[in-house]
Amino acid sequence: MEVAAAKALGAGIAVIALFGVGLGIGNIFSSLITSVARNPAARDVVFPIGILGFALTEAVALFALLIAFLILFA
Amino acid sequence: MAVEEKTIDALSQFELVPLLGPIGGSVNFTQSNGFMLLAIGLISALFVIGMKPRAVVPGRLQALAETLYEFVLGLVTSQVGEEGRRYFPFVFTLFMFILFGNMLGMLPYAFTYTSHIATTLTLAIMVFLVTTIVAISIHGRHFFGYFFPEGAPLWLAPIIIPVEVVSYLSRPISLSIRLFANMVAGHVMLKVFATFVVLLGSLGVVGVPLALLPLSINVALVGFEFLVAFLQAYVFAILTCIYLHDAVHLH
Repeated sequence: MEVAAAKALGAGIAVIALFGVGLGIGNIFSSLITSVARNPAARDVVFPIGILGFALTEAVALFALLIAFLILFA
Repeated sequence: MAVEEKTIDALSQFELVPLLGPIGGSVNFTQSNGFMLLAIGLISALFVIGMKPRAVVPGRLQALAETLYEFVLGLVTSQVGEEGRRYFPFVFTLFMFILFGNMLGMLPYAFTYTSHIATTLTLAIMVFLVTTIVAISIHGRHFFGYFFPEGAPLWLAPIIIPVEVVSYLSRPISLSIRLFANMVAGHVMLKVFATFVVLLGSLGVVGVPLALLPLSINVALVGFEFLVAFLQAYVFAILTCIYLHDAVHLH
């Protein structure tokens, strides 16, 4: 049972990366909102970049999730 | 704990099953390959049938085909520049293949072929080889200058060159894992919430109203997954364009 417990703990520790991802995604969208609010004309230029940044940051969360899955099931 | 025998089985949806009986089994023709062929057929049908009228004012199918075409063309020309037009067919093919794979996977009982690392890594390695070959064929041996930016002090070379080489070589890995992990995580999440609905619903009168909560979350998640399905195809295409930009212009 110690191995199972250690696996559960390890999977939990692996997703601590979500802390940074949460900060990052919040930061991206707050900057996006600020820039669009300051210059609404720039929306079409800024929006795809923001979405790209969101997707790249979200990938970090998924890497952590993948590690958690590997610990739990592999 | 009363429903101990019913566990959350979120990963069995990714198992490959041979199709077409013994003939398909002998060549390992799985449902993944089947959906790839279906996607190719649908994409070809969309562009062959959709573009048949060649109307000035497009109908619905023609408008869809033209929108997708112009979307990717805008992506390529804005990222790589006008000389990137010659790589447009490559990026467009990748984008449509991944988009249809992700979108077909959202249909009930369908299989998402992009949820397998074998598929995404093959695509990513192809992108990696194409960008490297393009870079070497355009720049020759100047391509290796990519790993050491001009103007950097020479004593930094032992640090910069390994970092640049590693970051260059890790491109196919991050490109493939991003797509694969997004698709797997999305489908696992849907399956987990769907299992919550079944487990709560099996509790009887108390469970059924409670089961509405994960059900409504699942409805919202399906919408979110459609967004992710498009977004990941877009991200794969735009990163391919960025790598092509590096290959064509070297920084």
